[in-house]
Amino acid sequence: MITFEQLQKTYPSRGTGTPVQALADIDLTIGRGEIYGIIGRSGAGKSTLLRTVNLLEKPTSGRVLVDGVDVTALSARELREARHSIGMIFQHFNLLSSRTVFDNVALPLELAGVTKAQIRETVEPLLDLVGLTDKRDRYPAELSGGQKQRVGIARALASKPKVLLSDEATSALDPETTTQILHLLADINKRLGLTIVLITHEIAVIKEICHKVAVMENGRIIEQGPVFDVFAHPKHETTKTFVDPVINRGIPDSLRARLSPTPVAGSNIVLRITFTGERATSPVISAISRKLNLDLNIWHGQIDEIQGAPFGTLVVEAIGNPQSIEAAISLLNVNKLGVEVLGHAVPGNLRAAV
Amino acid sequence: MLSPEIYALLFKALLDTLYMVAVSGLLGTALGLPLGVLLAVTGRGELLQNLTFNRIAGVLVNMTRSTPFIILVVAIIPFTRLIAGTSIGTAAAIVPLTVAAVPFIARIVEGAVREVDRGLIEAAQSMGATPFQIIRKVLLPEAMPAIALGLTLSVVSLIGYSAMVGAVGGGGLGDLGIRYGYQRFLPEVMLAVVIVLIVLVQIVQSTGDWIARRVNKRNLKS
Ligand SMILES: Nc1ncnc2c1ncn2[C@@H]1O[C@H](COP(=O)(O)OP(=O)(O)O)[C@@H](O)[C@H]1O
Ligand SMILES: [Mg+2]
Repeated sequence: MITFEQLQKTYPSRGTGTPVQALADIDLTIGRGEIYGIIGRSGAGKSTLLRTVNLLEKPTSGRVLVDGVDVTALSARELREARHSIGMIFQHFNLLSSRTVFDNVALPLELAGVTKAQIRETVEPLLDLVGLTDKRDRYPAELSGGQKQRVGIARALASKPKVLLSDEATSALDPETTTQILHLLADINKRLGLTIVLITHEIAVIKEICHKVAVMENGRIIEQGPVFDVFAHPKHETTKTFVDPVINRGIPDSLRARLSPTPVAGSNIVLRITFTGERATSPVISAISRKLNLDLNIWHGQIDEIQGAPFGTLVVEAIGNPQSIEAAISLLNVNKLGVEVLGHAVPGNLRAAV
Repeated sequence: MLSPEIYALLFKALLDTLYMVAVSGLLGTALGLPLGVLLAVTGRGELLQNLTFNRIAGVLVNMTRSTPFIILVVAIIPFTRLIAGTSIGTAAAIVPLTVAAVPFIARIVEGAVREVDRGLIEAAQSMGATPFQIIRKVLLPEAMPAIALGLTLSVVSLIGYSAMVGAVGGGGLGDLGIRYGYQRFLPEVMLAVVIVLIVLVQIVQSTGDWIARRVNKRNLKS
């Protein structure tokens, strides 16, 4: 549905500053009907990337294809036409304070020259969809943040777009309202088959509704893929720092203090085993322990759910002879469970002496 | 206290003032509003950036605004004569009043339009709005409360300026005050003129405030 090809964007220097490369070598494809999340820290280039889709930001080089059409090659008039099929919602809602809820949602239709009767026919079901029928004649100043964003969503849907762009649409909302708005977006995605591209700096948003995710840093995409895979096996350090807090791959500090990166006398190896999909519920661990005569001392465990699939991590201290441990690791790998050596557990008294 | 003749003069002067202020206010708005919008949208990084126009218009506006009104009245007498066919009288006085009102209103409108949140312009662009649609459907409605207050201020200023056009035989309340109250030493006429002016300004200000409140949907208490 959307393809970025070799996209670059450099902002010219302001005053005495140096030019800012906001996007570098972006190649990314977003499929039809997907909810695609783009996450990154502030200044990573997320907004710039999103805004190239409707050409609010003109790329320095490269192409952006939306439904097969290269938007960077359109005339001003063609671009305005193309924008009718790309809806956008914003962090600060950007509603017209001088217009009622109904008239705000009607704005894109007015701009497109739609008749009054058709406008009513389109706007009323949309207000119903976002649950604001009773606020129809209210002004934005009379609405809560969540209600304002619902107006924003209805407005973005008014021209029946194929793509919805969301620039930090929930970042100004409290957690509960955020969840409601995200569910509304997921619902719209399902019902209308709308492709949604959303950018955020909050990993919880990605976890909640996205199918796929791209991680951005310094204008580049450093990691991308299905949300489940990226969460289960983050490769890049930045991705790990995003993912760790929500899926709790970490271990408590008191245990971390007992870890040494290299073996010492009397230490036992500490493994982090990652369960994904249906394997999260199969009894592999106890089988291995029995078969190889290994004692597994469980340090920490967590079962979570990403995109409806179970996902678990278990941190264990393996006590047994080295061959058995080797065998256990390869068995875990055979069973397609993630296994990672975290370090070596130093016996309590020894550690004090080191 | 005042003789019937004075009452008649006072009434005539009030009508002259209203006439001058109304016509120059309307003409000033008709020209100043579009000029103000153009000044706002042709600035650097704005919707229709055009720095050449912006600079030239800016300089002209500043020149007019920095000229003291009484000097402006005299300086443009040839122009006034060209437009009004005469340089003396109430109709002629409308010319300098309008010339002063246009840049004044333009700057006020420019400021009001610039205050509109950029996010709204962006939202409209993302919907495929043309620049003209953005001006008409976004910038003007959103700037309306500030424009209403600014136009009120302009009318109040015009009432003040109109008192000076006695210098070119413009008539009106100011003229009456000077000729009768000061030159013929009739303090009660001066007092009456001042009271009428105060009431007039008060009415204009209250009406303007009321309109600005009506069009402002930003701080609604539900
Ligand atoms: N209009 C602009 N002019 C100059 N630099 C900009 C502009 N917009 C963004 N930038 C710079 O580009 C980089 C990426 O910005 P942005 O896309 O807004 O990041 P994000 O949305 O991830 O926070 C930042 O370094 C920012 O300062
Ligand atoms: Mg941003």
